[in-house]
Amino acid sequence: MTANSSSASASASSSALVDGLTEPGPVTVVGGATHRSVGGVTDPAARPITAPNSLIEPQPTELLVRVDAGVTLGALDAQLAASGQRVVLDGRSIATVGGVLAVGRSGMCRLGDGHVRDALVGGTMVGADGCRFAIGGSTVKNVSGFDLCRLMVGSLGVLACFETVLLRTVPRCETSQWMMGPADPSVVMAILDRPASVLWDGVDSWALIRGGIAQVDDDMNRLAELHMIPVASPPDLPPHRWSLRPSQLADLARSGVDQGRFIAEMGVGVVHRDRPAPAAVIATGVATLHRRLRDSFDPERRLNPGKHLAGVG
Amino acid sequence: MRAMSSAATNDRIASARSELVALLGAEAVGGALDERLHARDASTCEGRAASLVCHPIRTSDVVGIMRCAERHSLAIVTRGAGTGLAGGAVPVSESIVVVTTRMDRILSIDPSDRLAWVQPGVLNLDLNRALEPLGLHFAPDPSSQQACTIGGNVANNSGGPHCLSEGVTTAHVAAIEVVLTDGEVVMLGGEDAEPDGLDLRGAFVGSEGTMGIATRIAVRLTPNPSAVSTLLGIFDDLDSASDAVSAIIADGIIPAALEMIDGPLAAVLEDYVEAGLPRDAAAVLLVELDGGAVAVHAESVRTVATLMAGGAREVRVASDDTQRQLWWKARKSAFGAIARLQPDYYLHDTVVPRAMLTSVLRDIRQRVEALGLEVYNVFHAGDGNLHPLVVFDARTPGVMPRVHEAGEAIVAISLAAGGVLSGEHGIGLEKRDHMADMFAAEDLVAQDRLRATFDPDRRANPDKVIPIGAGCGDHRELRGLPDGLWV
Repeated sequence: MTANSSSASASASSSALVDGLTEPGPVTVVGGATHRSVGGVTDPAARPITAPNSLIEPQPTELLVRVDAGVTLGALDAQLAASGQRVVLDGRSIATVGGVLAVGRSGMCRLGDGHVRDALVGGTMVGADGCRFAIGGSTVKNVSGFDLCRLMVGSLGVLACFETVLLRTVPRCETSQWMMGPADPSVVMAILDRPASVLWDGVDSWALIRGGIAQVDDDMNRLAELHMIPVASPPDLPPHRWSLRPSQLADLARSGVDQGRFIAEMGVGVVHRDRPAPAAVIATGVATLHRRLRDSFDPERRLNPGKHLAGVG
Repeated sequence: MRAMSSAATNDRIASARSELVALLGAEAVGGALDERLHARDASTCEGRAASLVCHPIRTSDVVGIMRCAERHSLAIVTRGAGTGLAGGAVPVSESIVVVTTRMDRILSIDPSDRLAWVQPGVLNLDLNRALEPLGLHFAPDPSSQQACTIGGNVANNSGGPHCLSEGVTTAHVAAIEVVLTDGEVVMLGGEDAEPDGLDLRGAFVGSEGTMGIATRIAVRLTPNPSAVSTLLGIFDDLDSASDAVSAIIADGIIPAALEMIDGPLAAVLEDYVEAGLPRDAAAVLLVELDGGAVAVHAESVRTVATLMAGGAREVRVASDDTQRQLWWKARKSAFGAIARLQPDYYLHDTVVPRAMLTSVLRDIRQRVEALGLEVYNVFHAGDGNLHPLVVFDARTPGVMPRVHEAGEAIVAISLAAGGVLSGEHGIGLEKRDHMADMFAAEDLVAQDRLRATFDPDRRANPDKVIPIGAGCGDHRELRGLPDGLWV
């Protein structure tokens, strides 16, 4: 038995996923269906299968949790709360861990939490041939071999399917508070040491501050000087997601062109808008690498047929 | 790669040399001395002399080198400063060694995007010196940072003491311009928040030169914290110090850095640096907290309490930046100071679960001492990243097999404790054949699929990382490591 082998780390309830992928024909892994349209519509002929959803095994002293990919964020969060921890995966409570990883989109707290791909430490995948393989490792720090974790996060399930994963956890904060007001977001960013999130709609800014009570009180006082006040929640986000450089965000309001409604994640570059982003176009050489990867991992294109990675089928 | 007669091999190398001199100029193509010099890196791994050595200065040079290598069926071994400790830059077949140290320009620094573009040969410390006036820094801080290059950091996904809270290199790289082995130039990742498609950038980081050559790198910059507090926890027994590491994390605090120095080494360091370390302790924890001033103060108070409750006989808080810098100087001087004990050492790099630190340190010491050798420890305790340091005198008859056995034991103990092979040095040649101890065959096949996507002919740093189709790596006799070696 190897120290990190796929057989060693797989959940006991995982055989359904292996069985589902061992049977021939196109398949689609169904999670909470909260991001079903990302990457295109799955071929309706694809047979739905699901990831296992029974295992939640916190390792609080390691700041890790091993969890089946079919477990919902709600169930995971409830269990981690008991040990005062959380994961940085963002989504609705019905979203599954595997689904959030496959889509690979961070939430509005990426500024403070980091990218969702940094949360995945290791786990097991099941490939298009029904074979299980392990990725990553068992510790928070690991450079043993190539980084398949980062390859798989955001791959929309077209290379392999998440089965059981090992995620980083972080301590839950003592308290947190959203603040809102007509402040320059760059000033908000400058006066806070580590804000969890700073949002901006061209007029108002929102900031999520969190930590110990004394630190949050101190931050609230600083933001009050910018005429920001406590609010219960962040703004509703428009439905479409754009990806910009952080420095481009200021231009949204300065351009003089009607941008429609937008909420920008300051310091990150994600902009939530009313209008869809232009279709993705990636360079020929990068597209070739995408095709080679799909040819190598799923030559028959049976995993999530219909999904495209930046236009590469 | 096809086998050729010696004469044919010499012919193609001569042809390749002529082409490279025409392309790069004679001063950028090394001679026999250069080829011998680049037969090794800072590791203990034995390779062979480079067939050719090139010193490019721009991306187009690298494109030309790649195409030349392809035409003449030569492997490519990329090398930065050569500080790697796993043999990643050691040539093992007929190879062109591409040295990136002349690609040493900081191309741009954009504080508004918190992004800097650099060539791969920029030194980690030089970049941070350039960023200092802007109140920014590049978070990975390997102990070799005054010598190691950003390209090397990318290749090895390097860490460092302050990566405990900020993450290792991959979390701080936005984009990489890569020259593939067929000479094609691709941009992986991007400056924007969510580049389209697969995260090929993330797949490339840590690939140890097996997927192409990085020629431009966009690194993310981190604002300097507004407050820092540095603590020294002094313990009379090693087990309590190890347990205190987990206790700090269990209290909900993730320090910026959490390092352990065992007592005997602390005494040696004190003789060497005079930083105020105890000479009679069993272990010292160096803990650094950073962030907002209020939070740092509160966490500092809690951490002092945790350390005392965990059995520390004394906790010191750095009174000013001078004292803080002195403690860090001691920590980073460990591998110079060790020469006071023995002329040679062999350094390991594994990671174990934090909760296993106590038993793993004890087991390693027992096994190494049973072999008649000494072991010292200075390591990144916060993330369980061990660096056992076996010291010896290579002139002692029969010592080398025992040193090798100690190394094997350290790997075995770490894996048995649920750990991994490497936390920051990489696999290279040194641990390639241990990959099968950590991964099943199907796991390695998946990794090889990724590698082959970038380099179908496997000409980029062949026979490294993945043991498929490879024999055992040769370790040369451990006759001491090069001057200027850090970890």
